[in-house]
Amino acid sequence: MEKIMESFLLGTFLLYLFSSISFMMGLTGKNTDAEVANKKANRWGKIAIWLAIIGVVFQAVFIIMRVIISGHFPTSNMFEFVAFLCFASVLAYIVIYFMYRTLILGAFVMPIAVILLGYASAFPKDIQPLIPALQSYWLGIHVTLAALGQGLFTVAFVAGLIYLLHRVGGEEKGRQPFYLEMVLVILLMFVGFSMVSFIAQAVGYQTTFTHMIDGNQVEQVYKLPPLIGPYKGQVSNSSSGWKEPLFNVPSWIEGEKAASKLNTTIWAIFSGLLLYLIIRLIIRKRLSLLLHRVVKNLNHELLDELSYRAIAIGFPIFTLGALIFAMIWAHEAWGRFWNWDPKETWALITWLFYSAYLHLRLSKGWLGIRSAWLAVGGFVVIMINLIVINFVIAGLHSYA
Amino acid sequence: MIENTKCQCGHNNPLGTILCEYCGRPLQQDNAEQSSIDKEMRYEGKARWSQKAGKKSIIDHIWSFFSSVKIAIYLILITLVVAGIGTIFPQEDFINSTTPEVYYQEQYGKLGEWFYRLGLSDMYDSWWFFALLSMIGISLVICSLDRIIPLYKALKNQKVMKDIQFIERQRVTHQQEIDPTQKEQLLSDLVAAMKRKNFHVKREKDALLAEKGRFSRWGPYINHVGLIIFLLTALLRWVPGWAIEDFVWVREGEMQKIPTSNYYVKNERSFAEMYLNQNVVKKYQTDAVIYAPDQNGNLHPVHRQSILVNHPLKYKDYQLFQSSLIPELGGIRLKVMDRKTGQEKGAFLVKLTQLAVNQQYRVGDLRVRLLEYYPDFALDENQQPITKSQEPNRPALIFEVLEPGQQSGEKIWVISGENLDQITKDNRFAIDLAGLVMVNKSGLMVRTDKSLPFLFVGGLICLIGLAMGFYWQHRRIWIRVKENKLYLGAHTNKNWYSLQREIQQVAKGCPLDIQLVRD
Repeated sequence: MEKIMESFLLGTFLLYLFSSISFMMGLTGKNTDAEVANKKANRWGKIAIWLAIIGVVFQAVFIIMRVIISGHFPTSNMFEFVAFLCFASVLAYIVIYFMYRTLILGAFVMPIAVILLGYASAFPKDIQPLIPALQSYWLGIHVTLAALGQGLFTVAFVAGLIYLLHRVGGEEKGRQPFYLEMVLVILLMFVGFSMVSFIAQAVGYQTTFTHMIDGNQVEQVYKLPPLIGPYKGQVSNSSSGWKEPLFNVPSWIEGEKAASKLNTTIWAIFSGLLLYLIIRLIIRKRLSLLLHRVVKNLNHELLDELSYRAIAIGFPIFTLGALIFAMIWAHEAWGRFWNWDPKETWALITWLFYSAYLHLRLSKGWLGIRSAWLAVGGFVVIMINLIVINFVIAGLHSYA
Repeated sequence: MIENTKCQCGHNNPLGTILCEYCGRPLQQDNAEQSSIDKEMRYEGKARWSQKAGKKSIIDHIWSFFSSVKIAIYLILITLVVAGIGTIFPQEDFINSTTPEVYYQEQYGKLGEWFYRLGLSDMYDSWWFFALLSMIGISLVICSLDRIIPLYKALKNQKVMKDIQFIERQRVTHQQEIDPTQKEQLLSDLVAAMKRKNFHVKREKDALLAEKGRFSRWGPYINHVGLIIFLLTALLRWVPGWAIEDFVWVREGEMQKIPTSNYYVKNERSFAEMYLNQNVVKKYQTDAVIYAPDQNGNLHPVHRQSILVNHPLKYKDYQLFQSSLIPELGGIRLKVMDRKTGQEKGAFLVKLTQLAVNQQYRVGDLRVRLLEYYPDFALDENQQPITKSQEPNRPALIFEVLEPGQQSGEKIWVISGENLDQITKDNRFAIDLAGLVMVNKSGLMVRTDKSLPFLFVGGLICLIGLAMGFYWQHRRIWIRVKENKLYLGAHTNKNWYSLQREIQQVAKGCPLDIQLVRD
């Protein structure tokens, strides 16, 4: 059963990947004739959207099988949540597709879905038993709805990103193209991290350090080769030749897994930069400039509305899932409906951010470029809540 | 500057009106430009209290301040940033220390020290965070009141026939020459086509007004009402008795009074269960019984329930939550040895939590009397026995062993972890440890919260408002035929692209050629 479940996950990954490639095929090429280019994009896009739909069905089967095997909804650790966020984003895109019949979003949503699923797979995939606090049907309801809202915000981010590529990506100089390039580099860091983790997992890399925290000897397991090791750490066990770290962290970084988290971050940054460098060497211009060429014929008014629409649809869902249901569950599990736990606080911050976005857009007339940057900013807030809060700031929610 | 508020159409408008209430013609010359139309249409060009002209009182100034959406957005952004800063280091509620003034500096250095000094370590309960949230609340009330009344009036008294200038100035607008003989046919085709799209269509001579989804305009205000109820309820929680939070520890087999109530809770059994072969807790459970006193003060069991995480006990207004469970030394099993024969005379159980001096135990034919008890034994500077705390960390006991008929017997010391055989060499009897008895102690959070139904209702109203506002939109199309020309103008509060596409679809059915957007 577990084998079948895993093949469905692999199938999902491949379908999303092929869907992305198919979308890309439709957009690239040197057709100068707009009509011919349009026809080509439509033909490939139709294939791509079907691949995406089959992919979502595959992932739904994966989720259902995981529920059957584990007895709980798969949103209880980092792998499960990020995979579900990926599912929610693709689902949100398909819904938006049937509302607006627009293919172009898919060319960017699907690669991001591939990145998210790859990123999810970098975390331990085994089914973990639920701690008492998570044993509730609210796990399925609260986390699912919050993720669906975030999936729609992800689609809004993608639409905003394309809008920016269209409007400012073509500029040679300036602050905005620079920041746009930065956003793309950060996305590449996710890709880089997923690739490095995948390779390390495939060869079964592991190195164990022993070091001291507050006078107690502890073990720290590295799943990636140590660029930077724990303070005064000793290698106790290693699966391959690369076991000695290049550097050791200074003494003040002494948290339980602080050194390995820092190591992971450094790998993500460097692999992302390396990828970027390779791409630059191949295309010999800014990445945003290349992507601008791909999207320059699009209808930017439609993109602007798509981005807003995704947020407008997602906002009530996020309010219900991430705040109201969260409060009801918190009251049942902890006796308090609001604890000012970091994850909760950042859910509130996300909500405040998007409510500011909506007021600025609806009452202050912030449309177009400013609105698109806000959609990008909102996604950054979501990523902070997902990654920084889980790994750097511990709290009641850090189960991963 | 004296503004003329009488429109060319003859309608008298209140001071501050931007678009004529009757025909929609712009009243101020500087507003006549195309770019400002969106702003004017937002509240139908109606005068709002906050824009009152003339001399303003203090209240008017405060009203204007809080009625500004810009101020509201600033308040939201400030709250957002401040709330984020508060998560850099854990709040005082989450730290494992009773001395935050030292903790933050020790753990996080200089930055931590400032975090504590600036009051950020307990900021969500601070007066200034409270003030910030209150200002958002005030802004919510005033922004809504300032807008909803004029908006309601304007939408209720809409005129079908609008000034041509008003139609031309809409963001979505179209005009074309038509054949005057086809006019009637065209207008009735348009009516039918728009009705098919679920518009409510009104006609007045050669003018049409098609409208749908007006109720979605009330969405934001309903949402704000929900938020206000929510914030007010959060304030009510400060009223004594509305929200009680307390904590009680109950050992297995014991009964404790539930703080702030007349009820008692008995812990019949509590335990933790682990997953098979894994170091993960599966379950924390306390089998509890609630006792209530009758008129004579006698306790009777009134409610019986197992408390688990996610399954609190509910009785009347009170809720008990499984918050903590720790095993504790509950008793010591001791055996009395006859040193001469080396024979065991028997054993007895000392329950540390229910210990009284002079308590007697029967061991075979012997009586053992407790003389003194030190739960956390130590010697002071005069070598006198003292106890450091009431926790049984290092229990020490002094017993007297009496043989049948004896009035006073020999004294025997028992100190955990010490072998005292050498000191009491002359004694006939010795008391040795036979075993430890552990009991589980459950930490139960005690809650009563009368505000919950209000919070729930507030949240529900808020959601209804959000759904109304975001899943529907208010669309209006004005059509007017004048001098062989058809003028079309349309307005929506959002989703302009979809509106334009809808107009194209409407036009397709009638012989009109309108191309607003690419499909």
